[in-house]
Amino acid sequence: MRFYEYESRRIVERAGIPVTEYGFCTTAAEAREAAKRIGGPTVIKSQVLTGGRMKAGGVKFADSPEEAEAHAAAILELEIGGHMPVGVLVDPKAEVSQEYYAAVLWDGRAKRPMMLFSDMGGIDIEQVAEEHPDHVGRGHLSNLHPISDFQAKQVVAAVGMTGSELNRATAVLARLARLQRDYDMTLAEINPLARLEDGSFVALDAHMELEDEAVPRQRKALDEIGITSDEPRELYEPSEFERNVKAIDGADHRGVIQGKDHGFEGNLGLVIGAGGGSLTLTDAVRSQGGKPANYAEIGGNPSVSKSKGLAMEVLKKDGVEKIAVMMSIVSNTRVDIVARGVIKACLELGKDPAETIAVFRIPGAWEEEGAKILSKYGIEFRDRSTSMWEAAGEAVEKIQGAAA
Amino acid sequence: MSILLSEDFTFIVQGITGREAVNLTRECLDYGSKVVGGVTPGRKGREVHGVPVFDTVEQAVADHGEPIDGSVVTVPPGFTKDAVFEAIENGIKLIVVVTERIPRRDVAEMVELANLRDARIIGPNCLGLIAPGVCKMGGIGGPAKDAAKAYEPGPIGVMSRSGGMTTEISSSLTAAGLGVSTAVSIGGDAIIGSTYAELMPLFEADDQTKAIVIYTEPGGRMEAELVDWREANGSRLPIVAFMAGKFMDDEEMQGMSFGHAGTIVEGKEDSATEKIARLEAAGIPVVERIDEIPDRVKDALGVPA
Repeated sequence: MRFYEYESRRIVERAGIPVTEYGFCTTAAEAREAAKRIGGPTVIKSQVLTGGRMKAGGVKFADSPEEAEAHAAAILELEIGGHMPVGVLVDPKAEVSQEYYAAVLWDGRAKRPMMLFSDMGGIDIEQVAEEHPDHVGRGHLSNLHPISDFQAKQVVAAVGMTGSELNRATAVLARLARLQRDYDMTLAEINPLARLEDGSFVALDAHMELEDEAVPRQRKALDEIGITSDEPRELYEPSEFERNVKAIDGADHRGVIQGKDHGFEGNLGLVIGAGGGSLTLTDAVRSQGGKPANYAEIGGNPSVSKSKGLAMEVLKKDGVEKIAVMMSIVSNTRVDIVARGVIKACLELGKDPAETIAVFRIPGAWEEEGAKILSKYGIEFRDRSTSMWEAAGEAVEKIQGAAA
Repeated sequence: MSILLSEDFTFIVQGITGREAVNLTRECLDYGSKVVGGVTPGRKGREVHGVPVFDTVEQAVADHGEPIDGSVVTVPPGFTKDAVFEAIENGIKLIVVVTERIPRRDVAEMVELANLRDARIIGPNCLGLIAPGVCKMGGIGGPAKDAAKAYEPGPIGVMSRSGGMTTEISSSLTAAGLGVSTAVSIGGDAIIGSTYAELMPLFEADDQTKAIVIYTEPGGRMEAELVDWREANGSRLPIVAFMAGKFMDDEEMQGMSFGHAGTIVEGKEDSATEKIARLEAAGIPVVERIDEIPDRVKDALGVPA
């Protein structure tokens, strides 16, 4: 799950990491009040889940509450990368002595979280690591032991920091490490972490990503932060096809279906599964010159109506001429049930199954029963002696033959 | 021989009274595996296909009268970590975690405890492993007669991030007359108990295994780890790889982006194309067609196709 900047700010604040006074506002009048409360020059920032805010005019500086109000009014109406903002964040224009970088994230190879700290914050950390490796401190954390402050201290000290700066930065990094663990963050990053004129450290900007699998157990914390819905926060808006398939899947607990068509515009509908099989088959169709209309996954022994539901949604998509029904060798998904589902989908849409189903390759359990049903409608059954590559090729050939 | 399993290998099923677990138990028993007990808290005294059910792993071990080798864990995500800890602390050394959607922190905790206790985790989000004709541990290959059809004993070790594709690939190796030494569905999650590189030493030490086939997907850095392992340790085993999900490299697919910081920690996240290049550069051929695998393996073994 991704977070808006103001939500990340709240999360960091809850973890006891100092932040500047700020205001999240959904109206221009609120922004004026926030700017007045903060006092002095402010920054008004659009709250959208997309990059490129600065370039799009979503970040503006104000010298007075009135100016803050005017900027907020404009930014609240400004669409950025197809997204309307959910509000604006009003921040003081902080007087910064130095900027630092602090992050805690997973090291998949070590299977442990890793702390990162740099005294060159505010810029691209990748570049810092490459050009000034001695300015990036690192340290792994155990998954089983409590997080100790000294571990954070070692990482901060590794970049050469000492004095009160070391102690203040250590407190921030240790808290960030506990935040990463306690909130199941895949990434907990503060950039920049600023040292102000008075020597205090504050998180000026934070970036948090919560692992989707952990959302249910973080429900209470999310509620407290003000995230009460399970809205998907996808990188793009789900299409009608995607929404429909999801609804069909949710309505029936038997089996699992998934459908995606973002980025697909072909004429060959795919009713394929599951996970690895879907990836393999989609590649096999494309590599042989085919144009898939969608990506799909079907498995876990779905019911006839669920199989039918996926096939119908695929067939209803604009431009779809035929469907290919293919899977890797299955053990628990009944071939005959999938066969009945896809045949029903064709019939209900007034299509001839033999014409519409370009290929049917699902080797495995109940394949004899499946073959019987298919042959009744003039569809040939492909067993494991036809490879996934060959089945995909056959589907491509049929649809291109039909188009020619 | 085979890796990890043997004819005398004993295991329990944690969560044995669940629907999928009941099927899996039946399949394993039919295959000849020694399922010596099951655990579902509160269900002590029942039986599942003749297998006694206990409230605790401790009771199962006591009933068996000697250490139990393995456990297949099929409990809901919120309970998985506890179940795995219970298995480890009761002396079980090989744990197959079938459960999907377990938060990464829990998986990392299980793996760290397993390392401390000299135990091994396969998965999560996997179908287990099979040594053809010897033992089937988990749902891999499905019902015993289907598993027997797809998996015949032979010299090829298989490791796959997709459970279904483990059987698809093994079936093609069987059909080509090659057969399988041990096939491991290693799981598709970001953090798993046993990666390619972590299983390689076992295959290396197994006389039966003469070559390795891996199935991989976008995401993670497991191929880089495998390449590094081979460079550091050398290997007598040729490897043939298959990469699925190449279409996700296309810009319009908007694949998962992992931020800059991840790049510093683990190195650059490879795209499918980059993974292929990395493997090929290390002398690991990556076949374009899934059905080319058997012939490429025969090439590598110097056997006529």
